Amino acid sequence: MSLHINGSTVSLPLDTRVSLLDFVRDHLQLYGTKKGCNQGACGACTVLVDGERILSCLALAVQYEGRSITTIEGLANGSAPHPLQQAFIDHDGFQCGYCTPGQICSAIGMATEAKRGVPSYVSDDLAADVILTRDELRERMSGNLCRCGAHNGIIDAIREIMAAETLE
Amino acid sequence: MTPFSYVRAGDTAEALRLGAGGAAAYLGGGTNLVDLMRETVARPDMLVDVTGLADSIEETEGGGLLIGAAVRNTALAEHRAVKVRYPLLTRAILSGASAQIRNMATVGGNLLQRTRCTYFYDTDGSRCNKRAPGAGCDAIEGFNRNHAILGASPLCVATHPSDMCVALVALDASVHLQGRRGARTLPFGELHRLPVDHPERDTVLEPGDLITAVELPPLPFAKTSTYRKVRDRASYAFALVSVAAALQMRGERIEDVRIALGGVAHKPWRAFKAEAALRDGPATEAAFRAAAIAELTDAHPLRDNRFKVELATRTLIAVLRDLSGAAA
Repeated sequence: MSLHINGSTVSLPLDTRVSLLDFVRDHLQLYGTKKGCNQGACGACTVLVDGERILSCLALAVQYEGRSITTIEGLANGSAPHPLQQAFIDHDGFQCGYCTPGQICSAIGMATEAKRGVPSYVSDDLAADVILTRDELRERMSGNLCRCGAHNGIIDAIREIMAAETLE
Repeated sequence: MTPFSYVRAGDTAEALRLGAGGAAAYLGGGTNLVDLMRETVARPDMLVDVTGLADSIEETEGGGLLIGAAVRNTALAEHRAVKVRYPLLTRAILSGASAQIRNMATVGGNLLQRTRCTYFYDTDGSRCNKRAPGAGCDAIEGFNRNHAILGASPLCVATHPSDMCVALVALDASVHLQGRRGARTLPFGELHRLPVDHPERDTVLEPGDLITAVELPPLPFAKTSTYRKVRDRASYAFALVSVAAALQMRGERIEDVRIALGGVAHKPWRAFKAEAALRDGPATEAAFRAAAIAELTDAHPLRDNRFKVELATRTLIAVLRDLSGAAA
């Protein structure tokens, strides 16, 4: 009974009640993933499972046996930040930083969805290729709240890194 | 959370055998059930994970789609046949929750999610007939801005939270079930129930019943359909009011129409009266308003949600105006 986190194989907790969020923080000491609301309302706990973004607070660790989890700790390239982390710095995409790991994991999952052609509620043409306009990004990132109000910087950072691949 | 065992079902027969146990619960994505368990609103002693079963979307011989209960919300919304033939369904799903939650949530779980009435979740401080039958309801005299205006009972004024279900009831989908009495199929509109004198029962399912699939019938005019959701903020919030609709015009007249409302009742609300008022009539603003009034004349608003009657009326008019323009 194991799963993979940032390339390492780890044993699942014996207690079925342990959420994926508490597992990575309290059992694996990976404190980058944050606990905000612990009820699926804020997005701070967003991690990637086989490349898809999910909320680790509403996930039981046992549900993810055999899956590959990526947390914010798994994104950096050695001592250098991931390009999106650098872009968040460059565009003031945070103040307190608490929502930032979730924002960044969410944005990476979002870009994969957009490339695959997943539409959003604000897409005019559901079947068209996705063009990541500002409105599209705001809608697609709405599951990650920032109480400092850095959303405009967050969108700017994501546009710099991601929009290059899905140009308006 | 109370302790529970966890088993991943290898096939439907195993799931049914395990699910027949006293306090077992089927587990889809867990996006609602895990929260309910954390709040001790739900206290299953075993979780039977059914996400390994029935996760495909297939064409039916009749020209519809058969959607496995374990299909994730995102996978259904992005399926090409759904985007093109049933856009109201794609839009309804995409209006719900957040992308992270839609990646986790399954079709079966979406159907069986519980109300988000805050009194239902407040185990320490509030009375709730849905959570504890006979306890009383603190929403009826409390903060009930989000609550039902249609079909409520003196025991419960909660609303059903799903967006996807509003589209499914408009499409006359059917629900495939397996249980103690074998396999059976329910019309979607008969799955969820009004609270009446048993608000603790959201659906007509019996203990151990497992939803295996949702079937969409062919409905060619659903290519002209949409879903509009009105909420307190632009995204990531439950509906105050929502409208799913499909429209077919014949010249200047309405040949056929499907309408369902969300955020207004204990179940996804098929607007049969509005449909009847519109069918074979003109696609005019006055006709749209008359249809909305026909449906909402039975509304019984509470202290804080009177606005929903006018909001539902205006939203329905706006949706029909858009669709009649698009269908012409």
